Amino acid sequence: MPMTGEEIEDMITAAIPGAQVTMTDLAGDGDHWAAHVRSASFTGESRVAQHKRVYEALGGRMGGVLHALQLTTSVPESETLP
Amino acid sequence: MTHPTNERIDTLVKQNEVLLFMKGTPLFPQCGFSSRAIAILDHLGVGYETVDVLQDMEVRQGIKAYSDWPTIPQLYVKGEFVGGSDIMMEMYEAGELAQLMDNEGVTKVEG
Repeated sequence: MPMTGEEIEDMITAAIPGAQVTMTDLAGDGDHWAAHVRSASFTGESRVAQHKRVYEALGGRMGGVLHALQLTTSVPESETLP
Repeated sequence: MTHPTNERIDTLVKQNEVLLFMKGTPLFPQCGFSSRAIAILDHLGVGYETVDVLQDMEVRQGIKAYSDWPTIPQLYVKGEFVGGSDIMMEMYEAGELAQLMDNEGVTKVEG
């Protein structure tokens, strides 16, 4: 069973409180998702570190059940350094 | 404790200035994410080597432990893990990947 966008979003926000998660169903089949995760807590972290935190939030499902999750991360505008 | 697979991966990563672990080959990628990674490297015009993890189950599993990264493709530049295809795309679009290749003095290919 593929995970629903809501399940993915819930797991991410449970592990990264306050994160804004935007899910996009890329293929319209409920199986190929793009997630954009925006969190002030990413400030100062490398992209690899940010992505690893989201993968950890998904508890080992990435690469397994979630074989086709496209992920992008960002820091809210107001948190970026000038 | 040393793992033979880990050592083999480490040697590959250190011997090639740009190395992509992927599913399939540059001409016949077996997954959309690997295909995208190859397209990015070709656009950058840098020389690179690839490892087809579908031909080697030990490397396919071992590479995930090596970088603590759950998915393939995985890009390494000068021995350092850069990211998977999503990070490659973000960096490419921001001009950061070309910058990284420049900074690291990566060899360009004729084209």
